[in-house]
Amino acid sequence: MSRPERSAEIAALYQELILDHYRRPRNKGTLEHADASVEIKNPDCGDEITLQVAFDGNGIGDVRFCGSGCSISQASASMMTQLVKGKPIEEIDALRNRFREMILGDQSAVTDEKLGSLRALSGVTRFPGRVRCALLAWNALESALAERGE
Amino acid sequence: MNLRSDFPLLANNPGLHYLDSAATSQKPRVVLDALRDFYENSNANPHRGAYSLSVEATERYHESRVRIARFLGLQDSDCLIFTRGTTEALNLVVGAWGRANIARGDEVIVTAMDHHANFVPWQQLALEKHAKLRICELTADGRLDLDCLRDLLTPKTKVVTFNHVSNALGTINPIDEIVKLVRERTDAITVCDGAQSAPHLPVSFDTLGVDFYAFSGHKMLGPMGIGGLIGKREMLETMPPYQTGGDMIEFVRDDHTTWNVLPHKFEAGTPNTADAVGLAAAVDYLDRIGMDRVLKHERSMMAAAQERLASIDGLRIYGPPPGERSGVISFTMADVHPHDLATILDGEGVCIRAGQHCAQPLMRRLNVVATARASFYVYNDEGDIDALVAGIMKAREIFGYVQA
Repeated sequence: MSRPERSAEIAALYQELILDHYRRPRNKGTLEHADASVEIKNPDCGDEITLQVAFDGNGIGDVRFCGSGCSISQASASMMTQLVKGKPIEEIDALRNRFREMILGDQSAVTDEKLGSLRALSGVTRFPGRVRCALLAWNALESALAERGE
Repeated sequence: MNLRSDFPLLANNPGLHYLDSAATSQKPRVVLDALRDFYENSNANPHRGAYSLSVEATERYHESRVRIARFLGLQDSDCLIFTRGTTEALNLVVGAWGRANIARGDEVIVTAMDHHANFVPWQQLALEKHAKLRICELTADGRLDLDCLRDLLTPKTKVVTFNHVSNALGTINPIDEIVKLVRERTDAITVCDGAQSAPHLPVSFDTLGVDFYAFSGHKMLGPMGIGGLIGKREMLETMPPYQTGGDMIEFVRDDHTTWNVLPHKFEAGTPNTADAVGLAAAVDYLDRIGMDRVLKHERSMMAAAQERLASIDGLRIYGPPPGERSGVISFTMADVHPHDLATILDGEGVCIRAGQHCAQPLMRRLNVVATARASFYVYNDEGDIDALVAGIMKAREIFGYVQA
């Protein structure tokens, strides 16, 4: 791959929106009453996240995350919490699958408006080494939802 | 030194700036040729056949051992055991010597800058044997705290293990002083993780004073999958075997087995002959340069990198002053996560490592989640440092730091 091409991909990866969520994460902190709490780590790079969820009937009433990591993992967590808060579990599962499809290279997901601001992360597709960063919070969410099922 | 053209991968990728030799080195053509030559002209299972091809493979394996032993200052080459690398070599010491000699209440000293490959096997052995793992702490600038070591040494200390050079910080540890301290106060054995010293410093096992020394071939221009453990003969001879199987036996009776002599006692199964031959070619290459020149070259790279990086606003360098480090520079750049930095540098053709460097105990003590690490070797030049600096500037731009 040529150098300018790669530079363009890097510019597409580090969009303003991603840096904004990295530096001003939304829903960062802890919940006083959480129904599920999941901590996961990416041992490759040391990224870690703790996700707390408070359920509300068949949906997520409130959600917070804390931890540390790269701009991709932190922005993904921040935007995810915004997107899933107040939504029914069924819809969240669909969004989770759709986001995963986008990160793994499904072009149709990139234009899917349901993913909202998370589409800013579509550039990750071009960086296989960063896929795990983008999915970290979502994997935590999957475990948190599984806790509810138990 | 201008050796880039000796390394096919670098010669084939003129825009590539490889600064991750602490993870693995690139391979010179002579090593690749030696591998091919072995498989094309000498390949057979050593120690097995009566036919001349097997005898030739056996001879090449033996010659490689003698050659590599000489490079590492070991007179008695049968005390060099080939392993897959440093990790297996350290696990061999723990599994064979450690399991036979560590008992409840004994103490094992590791350091806060040890690689997981050294830290974890001893930690697990201590848990298994109800022994105590003691950790030698570091000074604020990333050196071993020898006062701490002195305090930890007691009659209960059975092992003191440490790396010669830290893979995460580049700190060169004062082996002479450590060994002297240990000998003065205890009967403990000393184990040295040489993964980062064998490639970069002149090493002489016979004058080092440690009981065991472990190293990896792939970090010193050799192939992946070969490395070794050097031990003192009296230790190796009294230790039980590590793995059992073919080649390492003398007589197999129905109810018991006796062991082969050194080094075979610790080399069960078909040996990795081709990679041993490749590693011998690598040390030939290093000797032609001269390890003093290797060290001098890395020192000059480090001095230049240190000066250029230290002048970047918001950039923080970890570890002792560059004169006390081997060719490793570990740093962070303001709030740019090392992982992001590595991705942006990759876009500029610069390969660096970002993360915890298999040294989580160290990262906790440095109070960082991760660092970026650039490491140098014989094929690096000023152009690589220019590209590193340019890449960091690019990251600053992307993350909104105004260029000074």
